[in-house]
Amino acid sequence: MELILLLFIFTLSAFLGFELIAKVPSQLHTPLMSGSNAISGITIVGAIIATGGTAGSAFATALGACALILAAINVVGGYMVTDRMLAMFKKKGGK
Amino acid sequence: MNPELINISYIVASVLFIFGIKMLGKAETARKGNLISSLGMLIAVVVTLFDRQILDSKDVASWYVLGICLVLGSLIGAVMAKRVKMTSMPEMVALFNGFGGLASLLVGWEDFYYNGFVKGVEISEFTKIATIAAIIIGGITFTGSLYAWGKLSGKLSGRAQVFSGQKLVNGIIAFALLAAGIAFSIIGDVQTAYWFLIGAVVVSLILGFAAVMPIGGGDMPVVISLLNSLSGLAACAAGFVIMNNVLVVAGCLVGASGVILTVIMCKAMNRTLHNVLFSGFGAKKQKAGGQASGEMKAISTDDAYYALEAAQNVMIIPGYGMAVAQAQHAVKELGELLENNGATVNYAIHPVAGRMPGHMNVLLAEADVPYEQLREMDDVNPMMDSVDVAIVIGANDVVNPAAAQDEGSPIYGMPIIEAYKAKSVFCLKRGKGTGFSGLENALFYQPNTRMIYGDAKATITDLVSKFKE
Repeated sequence: MELILLLFIFTLSAFLGFELIAKVPSQLHTPLMSGSNAISGITIVGAIIATGGTAGSAFATALGACALILAAINVVGGYMVTDRMLAMFKKKGGK
Repeated sequence: MNPELINISYIVASVLFIFGIKMLGKAETARKGNLISSLGMLIAVVVTLFDRQILDSKDVASWYVLGICLVLGSLIGAVMAKRVKMTSMPEMVALFNGFGGLASLLVGWEDFYYNGFVKGVEISEFTKIATIAAIIIGGITFTGSLYAWGKLSGKLSGRAQVFSGQKLVNGIIAFALLAAGIAFSIIGDVQTAYWFLIGAVVVSLILGFAAVMPIGGGDMPVVISLLNSLSGLAACAAGFVIMNNVLVVAGCLVGASGVILTVIMCKAMNRTLHNVLFSGFGAKKQKAGGQASGEMKAISTDDAYYALEAAQNVMIIPGYGMAVAQAQHAVKELGELLENNGATVNYAIHPVAGRMPGHMNVLLAEADVPYEQLREMDDVNPMMDSVDVAIVIGANDVVNPAAAQDEGSPIYGMPIIEAYKAKSVFCLKRGKGTGFSGLENALFYQPNTRMIYGDAKATITDLVSKFKE
């Protein structure tokens, strides 16, 4: 049942994703891409679970730890870079 | 923390992601949208740290590991994000993207290893399919992004690398990967299945390289958006592995938005995704079609200055060459001087100019060009007739009239910025070579076109100093 529910969520999210981005001005393409790239770092949640609940197996913990570092770089770097870019765009209003 | 509370928090995080993406689509709200989505991420991470599974492990060591990895990764990410130059933005995005893909691969691998060997629990076929999907997509995303990073940062040749039989080789690799994936999913014995998993990890990493290899630098906007979409799908697959709703929602949103961006980029070149991925476009010099006649006429910066001084309406058309020369600040200065001189100045941005979607916008925004002056292709083309001087800076294919006029041309049908309609055209170019597509550009041979050879930044700076005199 849980599986069906997840598939249900998956399907709806796909349609929602298509609707959300349908009309985005081209000047926002880069920030949109790097911003959504940061969101794809959500795999960090999986990495935390993979690292945290793995007592007793050093190899499993090591795999999880690598995933966690990489995902953290993706998330933090992605959001900060996007913010830097968007800050530049914004300055124009005050000019 | 009980599971209900965790899941409710995940729902909140998902809603924040949705609002975040929505707001990223509008200039006024974009920055706020990014903050909102990062808040969603923070909630998801904090809540997961309180997850029962982890707290109950009573394993202090694993808390240290978690803390150290989180802090270390965040620090590395922060430093990279702070330090990167705006001109290096495409490769930075590609690199982050690759890291996300590899993380999803590792999550899938770890889950199977831990549950299959250490805990020895029965793993359902569905979970195995999700696991192998996370590994395959994540692996392709990682090495594909790495290769793109190499091409974009100039560490590897930007040209499409093709060899005979390449399609066959890639086909065999893809087939082997698929076979390993299927074998992994149906084989019940954990040890045997595990070998197929390792095999899939290796082959997916190879396929990522092999797939991006025949794609040239000019097609990178498509590749980057596609890889972006894949990294989302990899996270989504990882979500199915660990049965986690926030991974499924967020990963799927990114996957869908990446697909849309990919389609937009393909349309902007009037090519299909298939053609971009498999044709090895731009690998060779094109001979047929678009043979331009006449000669290119060069002009000195002195003469260019006189023409610009008299111009009332100037259109600046930047391309990848501007990024390479890092000329954006000089360009902006020239634009301001022209305005002070009484001219109307606009910038015409082609959707695929540069190496990533929106590349030129980022560079010019960095140089403080007011954003109202950055015009989209469809806005500028109708007013091209009234432009006195169009300055083409390091752009080539996106202004090639063959795309509109020559049915035999490989780029026929690609929407272009119609620079050839301007009263006169100045093309800043390093040499007489062809652009990314390898095509001759008829624009350069037009009677009203003048070439200004040399480094774009040096040329523009030269013009700027003449205006200041």
